Amino acid sequence: MEKKRQWLILAMLGILCIVVPPFMGTYAVHVLILVMMWITMALGWDILGGKTGQISFGHAIFFGLGAYGGGLLFLHWNITPWWGMAAGPVLAIIVGIPIGLVCFRLRGPYFALAMLALNEIIAIVFTNLDTLTNGATGIDCARTWGAEKLPYYYIALVIAAFAIFVTYRIQNSKYGYYFVSIREDQDAAEALGIPTTRYKIYAMIPSAGITGLAGALYMNYISSIYPETVFALEAISIFMILAVLIGGAGSLWGPVLGGAIFAGLDEILRATIGPISFLVFAVIAVLIIMFMPDGIIGSWPKVRAYLRRRKLTTGSEG
Amino acid sequence: MAYLDINGVVRKFGGLTAVNGITLAIEKGAIFGLIGPNGSGKTTLFNCINNYYPPHSGDIVFKGKSLKGISSHEICKLGIGRTFQIVKPLRRMTVLDNVMSGAFLRKNSLNEARDKALESLDFCELTHRKDMLAKDLPIADKKRMEISRSLATEPELLLLDETAAGLNPREIDGAMKLIRKIQDTGITCLVVEHVMKFVMGISDRIMCINFGREIAKGKPEEIANHPEVIKAYLGEEYAKGQ
Amino acid sequence: MALFGQTFITGVLMGGIYAIIAIGMTLVMGVMKIINLAHGALMMVGMYICLVLFEHAGLHPYVALIPTMIALFIIGYLLQKYSIGRVSGVETIIPESQVLLTLALGLAITEVIRVIFTSNYQIIHPALTGEYWHLAGMTIEIPYLIGFVIATIFVALLHFFLARTDLGQSVIATSQDKDAAVYMGINAERITNFTFGLGTALAAAGGVILMPLFYLYPHVWHPYLMKAFVITILGGMGSTVGALSGGLILGLAESFGSTYWGPQWGEVIGFIIFLLILLFLPGGLKRIIGR
Repeated sequence: MEKKRQWLILAMLGILCIVVPPFMGTYAVHVLILVMMWITMALGWDILGGKTGQISFGHAIFFGLGAYGGGLLFLHWNITPWWGMAAGPVLAIIVGIPIGLVCFRLRGPYFALAMLALNEIIAIVFTNLDTLTNGATGIDCARTWGAEKLPYYYIALVIAAFAIFVTYRIQNSKYGYYFVSIREDQDAAEALGIPTTRYKIYAMIPSAGITGLAGALYMNYISSIYPETVFALEAISIFMILAVLIGGAGSLWGPVLGGAIFAGLDEILRATIGPISFLVFAVIAVLIIMFMPDGIIGSWPKVRAYLRRRKLTTGSEG
Repeated sequence: MAYLDINGVVRKFGGLTAVNGITLAIEKGAIFGLIGPNGSGKTTLFNCINNYYPPHSGDIVFKGKSLKGISSHEICKLGIGRTFQIVKPLRRMTVLDNVMSGAFLRKNSLNEARDKALESLDFCELTHRKDMLAKDLPIADKKRMEISRSLATEPELLLLDETAAGLNPREIDGAMKLIRKIQDTGITCLVVEHVMKFVMGISDRIMCINFGREIAKGKPEEIANHPEVIKAYLGEEYAKGQ
Repeated sequence: MALFGQTFITGVLMGGIYAIIAIGMTLVMGVMKIINLAHGALMMVGMYICLVLFEHAGLHPYVALIPTMIALFIIGYLLQKYSIGRVSGVETIIPESQVLLTLALGLAITEVIRVIFTSNYQIIHPALTGEYWHLAGMTIEIPYLIGFVIATIFVALLHFFLARTDLGQSVIATSQDKDAAVYMGINAERITNFTFGLGTALAAAGGVILMPLFYLYPHVWHPYLMKAFVITILGGMGSTVGALSGGLILGLAESFGSTYWGPQWGEVIGFIIFLLILLFLPGGLKRIIGR
C-alpha cells in the first residue's frame, strides 16, 4: 500500500515536470534546468561519496572533463558539442579509473585531500596547456536553440531521470549492497569476500560518468566554458558535497532533494536578497551539518519522532 | 592430507613474534578449539589464515591448495568465513542487509540473496531482528549476526573469534547450541575462545598456545589437566601448588 | 649564480612564512584528527583585524600581531567549543561531518568579511614596505626577512611550549591517544578547544606577516590553505619540526619551479609533492626525522 502510494506520488511529480514548464517564464525554466543539472551532479557524487563512503573533494574534475569532452571536439574539429554528451562522460570515466586505482589506496581524509590536490592540478593544467585547451580563454560555441530554453530543459530532465534510474538500479543490486558494505566497514567487507578496491572502481565509473554528463549538459546550455568555472574547487566540487549533505547522503531521494533545494535556493536567494544570499546559504549549511548531520532525508525519522513526541505532550496537556 | 593444514606459520610485528611456528591440522567436520592467554597470538593466527596479515614464513593449505598470496576476499570465496573478536557490524545497515551483503558472494540477484539471507537468519534464530539497524543490536545478537552473515557466504570452514566473550551464561549456552548446529550441517569450525566452559564443551580437539608457540594439544579433558596449560593460565606458583 | 641565490633565498623566506601557517593546521590535525578547512578563512579574519588596527589605531602590523593573535585565539576557541566540537562523535553517513562543518564555517566567515569589507582589494603601506636590501647582486625585501624571523621565532616557541610545559605535554598526549589522555586526568575537550585556538592564532600570525607584502581580499586564503595541507602531509600531522622543514621544502620547490620552469607551474610542483608523499610516504617527514 505504502509502496503503491509512493509510485503514485512519483508518477504525478514526473507528469508535473513534463507538463508545467511550457507555461512558465524563461527565468523559471532556467532555474529548473540548473535544478536538474544539480540533481544529476549530486546523484553522481553520492554514488562514490554517500554510498561507497569515499568522500571526494574533487568531483569538479569529472564535471570539467565532461564539459571539455564536447568542448575539445568543437575546438579542434568543429564537431557539434552535442557529441560531448557521449565524449564528456567517457573522458571523465577514462580519467576517473586511473585516479581511483592510485587514490583508493588512501583511506578517509587522505583520499579527500588527494582528490582536492588533483582538482587543483587539473585546473592549472587546463589553464596553461594553451594549444590543447585554449587556456584561460576557454571555449565558446554557438547554442543550438539560441535563447530558447525549453529544449534544454527537457534534455536536462531526461539526464536527471537517467541518473535517478541508474542510482535506483545500483541500490537494488549486489553493487549497491557492496558499496554500502565498503562504506560501513572495509575490513568486514573484505572478510565477506568483497574485493573492496575493485568495487570502489566500480563505484567510480558511474559516479564520474554521471557527473561528466552534467558537465556536458552545462557545456551545451551555457555554451562557453573556462577552466576556472568548470574545474572550480568551491563552486563545483564543494557545492556538490553541500548539496548532497542538505538532502541526505547515501539514499536515492536525498541527493535529488538536496540538488533541487541547493540550485533552487541559490537562485531564489540571489534574486531576493542579492549580496548576502551566499552568506545566508553558508549559515544554512552550517546549521544543517550541526543539527541535521544526515540531511533532510536522513534525519527525517528523528525529526518525525520529535514532532510526534511534542504533539503527544501538547495533546495530553490540552 | 588434512582439511586445513597449518605448517610452521610465523608472523612478526616489529621485534615481536606474535605467531612463532604454529603447526596444526584440522579434520573435515571437526570443531577445533584454540586457547591461550591474552596476547598469545590466537587472533593473529586467524588473521594469517585469511591473509589479513600475511605470514612471514610457513604455509597454510586448505583442501590441498596453498593460501599463499591469496587476498582476504578471495579466501572467503574459497570457502573460509570468519567473525571478528571485536564485532564489525555494517552499522547503518539493517540486520537483513548485513546478511544479504554476505549472501551476494554466491548469489547474484536480489531475490536469491534475500532468500539465502533469510534462511541464514532463521538458522541463527535472528529473524525477529531482521529490520533493526545492526548498530542498535545488543552484543549477543551482534555476534549472532556476524555468524549469520558469514554463513550466508556458504563457507566450508568457519573461523570464530571469541564468540562467547561478553555474553552471559544463558547466551553462552545458546551460542554453543548454534555452533553444534553449524557443525551438523557439515561446516568445519576453528574456534578461538577464552571462556573455558564454552571451548571445553564444544571442541573435538584443542590446542593451547602461549607467546606464539604451541604448549599443548589434545582432547578437551587432556588439555584441562595439562600442567603447562595450567601454568600458562594461572601462573607458576599455582601450578606448583596443584 | 645570482639567479640561483635569489631563487634560493626567496624560497627559504617564503617557506618560513608558510611554515607558521601550516604549523597551526598540523597542530589541530594532530589533536583532532580532522582536516580543518576553516583554517585559511580564520587566517584571513586575522588579516582584516590587522587592517582595522592599522587604519584606525595606526598600529604597525608587527605591533598589531599580538592583539590580533589574542583575538583569533578567542574566536578559534569559541568556534571549536560551540560549533565544531559539538559534532564530534556524532555518527553520520558521511564520515567527515566535522570536516564539512569547518568547510561551511570557512565559507560563512568569508562571506561575513565580504559583506563588511566588500570584495575590493585592500593594501596597506606601513613602514618598511617596499624596502630592499641588496646583497651580492640579490635583492631581499625587508618585510619577507622580518616575516621569516617572526615565523621562526614562533615555531621555536611552540616547539619549546610543547616539549617543556605541562599544558604543551597535555596537548601532545591528547594528540597521541585521546582516550589514554582522558584516563590520565586530562580534560581532552578543553585541550582540544585550546589547541584549536592556538592553531588559529598561529595562522593569524602568518596572515599578519603577509600584510605588508600582498593585497588583501576575502578569498586571499585559498592558496594558503592548500599550502598548509601540503606542508602538513609533507611534515606529518602534529609535528612542529616536520611543519618547518615541510614549509621550507615547499617554499624552495615553488621558488625553483617558478624560476626555472615557469611561474604558472610553481603551484603544481607543490601538489605533485603532496600526492607523492600521500602515496609513498604516509606519515610524512615525521616518519624519517622521528618527532
